[in-house]
Amino acid sequence: MLIFEKSVQGRAAQAQSPHLQKDAVRIDSSLLRQTKPCLPEVSELETVRHFTNLSRKNFSIDTNFYPLGSCTMKYNPRAAHQFASDEKFLNQHPYIDDDYKQGTLQCLYELQHTIKSVTGMTAVSLTPMAGAQGEFAGVAMIRAYHDERGDKQREEIIVPDAAHGTNPATAFMCGYKVREVATLSDSGDVDLTALKAVLSEKTAGIMLTNPSTLGVFERKIKEIADLTHEAGGLLYYDGANLNAIMGKVRPGDMGFDVMHLNLHKTFATPHGGGGPGAGPVAANSKLAKYLPVPVVQKTATGRYILVDETHYPHSIGKLSTFFGNTGVLIRAYIYAKMLGGNGLTQASTLATLNANYLMTALHKAGFTLAYPQRRASHEFIITLEPEHKIYGITALDVAKCLLDRGIHAPTMYFPLLVAECLLIEPTETESKQQLDEFVDAMIAIRQMMIENAEQLKQAPQKLPVTRLDEVKAAKTLDLVWSE
Amino acid sequence: MSDIKDNLKYTQTHEWVNFDNAIATVGITDQAQHLLGELVYVELPEQGREVSMGEEICVVESTKAASDVYAPIAGKIIAVNDALEEHPELVNQSPYADGWLFKIEPNNPNEIDQLMTPADYKNSLD
Amino acid sequence: MSFTPHTPEDIALMLNSIGIDSVEQLFDEIPSAIRIEGLPDLADGINEMAMGREIKKISAGNKNLLNFIGAGAYQHHIPSAVWQLAGRGELLTAYTPYQAEASQGSLQIIFEFQTMIASLCGMDVANASMYDGASALAESILMAVRANKKTTSKKIVIADSIHPCYLNVMNSITRYQGIEIQCVETDRYNDVNTLKSAAHESFAAVVLPQPNFLGQLTRVDAITDWAHQHHALVIGLVNPVTLGLLKEPGSWGARGADIVCGEGQPLGVPLAGGGPYFGFMACKKQFIRQMPGRIVGKTTDTNGKTGYCLTLQAREQHIRRSKATSNICTNQGLLMTVATIYMSLLGPQGLKNVAIKSHQNTARLIELLNTVKQVHCVYADNFCHEMVIQVPSSAKSVLKKMADRGVAGGYDLATLGQAWADKLLVCSTEVHNENDLQQFITVLKTAIEDV
Repeated sequence: MLIFEKSVQGRAAQAQSPHLQKDAVRIDSSLLRQTKPCLPEVSELETVRHFTNLSRKNFSIDTNFYPLGSCTMKYNPRAAHQFASDEKFLNQHPYIDDDYKQGTLQCLYELQHTIKSVTGMTAVSLTPMAGAQGEFAGVAMIRAYHDERGDKQREEIIVPDAAHGTNPATAFMCGYKVREVATLSDSGDVDLTALKAVLSEKTAGIMLTNPSTLGVFERKIKEIADLTHEAGGLLYYDGANLNAIMGKVRPGDMGFDVMHLNLHKTFATPHGGGGPGAGPVAANSKLAKYLPVPVVQKTATGRYILVDETHYPHSIGKLSTFFGNTGVLIRAYIYAKMLGGNGLTQASTLATLNANYLMTALHKAGFTLAYPQRRASHEFIITLEPEHKIYGITALDVAKCLLDRGIHAPTMYFPLLVAECLLIEPTETESKQQLDEFVDAMIAIRQMMIENAEQLKQAPQKLPVTRLDEVKAAKTLDLVWSE
Repeated sequence: MSDIKDNLKYTQTHEWVNFDNAIATVGITDQAQHLLGELVYVELPEQGREVSMGEEICVVESTKAASDVYAPIAGKIIAVNDALEEHPELVNQSPYADGWLFKIEPNNPNEIDQLMTPADYKNSLD
Repeated sequence: MSFTPHTPEDIALMLNSIGIDSVEQLFDEIPSAIRIEGLPDLADGINEMAMGREIKKISAGNKNLLNFIGAGAYQHHIPSAVWQLAGRGELLTAYTPYQAEASQGSLQIIFEFQTMIASLCGMDVANASMYDGASALAESILMAVRANKKTTSKKIVIADSIHPCYLNVMNSITRYQGIEIQCVETDRYNDVNTLKSAAHESFAAVVLPQPNFLGQLTRVDAITDWAHQHHALVIGLVNPVTLGLLKEPGSWGARGADIVCGEGQPLGVPLAGGGPYFGFMACKKQFIRQMPGRIVGKTTDTNGKTGYCLTLQAREQHIRRSKATSNICTNQGLLMTVATIYMSLLGPQGLKNVAIKSHQNTARLIELLNTVKQVHCVYADNFCHEMVIQVPSSAKSVLKKMADRGVAGGYDLATLGQAWADKLLVCSTEVHNENDLQQFITVLKTAIEDV
């Protein structure tokens, strides 16, 4: 039931309304509202109950195993949330003088340092508010670099066919044409012959994730970097999969010029049902001067300051009104500080161990791996194409069936290259027992395919709703409630 | 096996063209509607618009994809299938008849000869 | 302290199952030339108790002041229930609701949010939120250019003053797509004639701030009609709390604004040093397919039961790739949830009362300021809950002195140019009581004497 359907005219959460002695205003009446907005009229208890009950209709990391590939749904430490919720951080207007927010700036400054260490880059801007905005910043910086050199004919960005959809969308937003480059179907590596064919004096850059969205490490990365640089292009690193390599290898050492990180993935800040995230952008010395502003610096006297275009005249500009998602950055800082260099390294080690263990176990249970010859990174792909052919079931059916067993579905049908695929990322915070339960669930689902495929296609049955009619939703476009 | 009509011309991008009485009627093929799944929306071109060959002029949208439709020949849009605004599923139900998209008055009717024959189109799908 | 559950026995069993001897073998596909061994630059991890001590020390560097700054981020009372509910793990730690059956909570909240925002704005539909106000405006501009089929112009006219940072962000985000932005300075009442003389060519849309950056109210009706006569779309840039009191953009002029956006922070989100906040975006139904961002629709399940799911996804980057409406792939889910709970607790009357009380407090502050020598209220009327005052020396020095006495006295308008260096943008909201207002005056007087 919607909260509007619980509304009773004249009812209110009385403790929340400011007390008015009179309701006179000094505003021209032609500018005043004549209609009552559709906000519910409910008591405080009704509101609390409504949203508490709604929350119980969600899967979340706190309640369910969430092996969602490419999303790094690891435990979000409560301490980070608690400490960042201190009044000292919350009760701060963004425009107070730097002298009064030294605490916040110190956290941000140290986070910049942590990111430099983890990525091998030389400079960082924390302002992008999500991964996609960090991507935008990175590609805009590549553009600024070429533009400043007068290299105007570089109008193409190369993107592997396995890339996340944000990559081509970002390239377009930066005014570039997208050239796709193929991935070798047996190994998952980029096809170097195909790459050489698309590289030219028109190449502005290439966007890569490593390990790739196929869950394997791109072994020819140095060759790719050298070829791209020789052609005059730059390399952009999509940090979606950074959780696989902390303390193992750094994008800066692979030859990348600029990258973004998803702090809501690698640095365990809560996803919040779809945001807020944070997508800091890091660059090597070639591109550092184009970083979006503001950036935090430390003066010789140990004071932290925010600097803008006056210090960074080549900056691509501002991307958020204030300083990006500051509260998310503070949570990421706390997480990184608690883990330390050793903990971050261990996180990647065990994320990779968990993925390889799970991959091996599923393989032994008879599931088909997309890249059986390869090590998994922190994630891997199985394809249900054989099951699809034999039993007529799809990856979607299996995903929905997992939901019935209290396990969030892995990422489905991405990357687009592998038919009927599930992209599985267990993360390091899951136990062996949990992974074994997942394997057991998959084995049980396989048994269902054999015995009762029709029932499988009806899943889920144990959730608040069964499968929803998306065609009806898109055709009727019922997007707001009305009486 | 998708349906391919013998009396039509085709494009690589899965449009069909029926050239009749100096007017080209255009739709998407059975193969295309099948790949897209049930359509939920069709964004039709404006009547009277001048289009060039290969120009993106229309979008067909299902819940899982949105696909551009290209002008198979240059000319002027003289009619669009308004019925699709309410019933985009007509494209799925009847891709070659009730589900037509728009009509073009060609600038150069000879351009029709550059389009694929049914046999060529069939081969391109295999 | 990596929050990992593995015991040495677990690790041994897992390695054995994989068929390798050590975890390092898992990384043997990485070329050895670029391998590193750990992160020696970074200190080792610490436990929660030590972190608590550390963060207390750091946060002591933050000083909380009695706040009179607005300028795009507004302090309002936040009911206790808001963040206690939003902080529930089921809402806080859920992912984007792609698996609809396992996300009916988040999806229904989005649907309720869309309803509330659309209604506040007087629009037909709203999306599930954007990153923040400035980026929502940038996306609204790109949307307007796509949606306006009556012109091929990519020119945007900004009528009246908007936040300088919004201009900056707008430029950063839209500059690669050939968008041309023309700012027109109007007089304080936004006389439409100023616009007529400045904007004569064809243009795609007009951005109309209400209130404008200086807290002044725009004469929205005349400009809306003028823009529509020129086949331009109207983008309303609004503060959602003030919409409890001010005319909704859907009722501006004869036909209403076409797209409405703004900063959602006033709806229950703490100031928090500038974020995370959220942007909102609403529009008339005919433009829905040009709107970026997540949108939730109502539908039924296989048993005919009502449910909610993401819809219109074919516009989005994961399907449409380089032809998507935007590269955006999240909303600000948690903040949007916060706003939905906030608007539920306030209701139509409560929200209106917040807007009225904020306005009345600002009016009271102006009254009190009239008693302060050497201070001049530049705009003593036509305000909502923010206004400009002129001080006898540089605003910067006055603000510094005030802050030293515990009051954040306003926003230094020097960012608008040298002519503004002695002017402050001051905001009062319902959180202030008479004592707070008196304290502002006392501290301001002392600061002026001191400078």
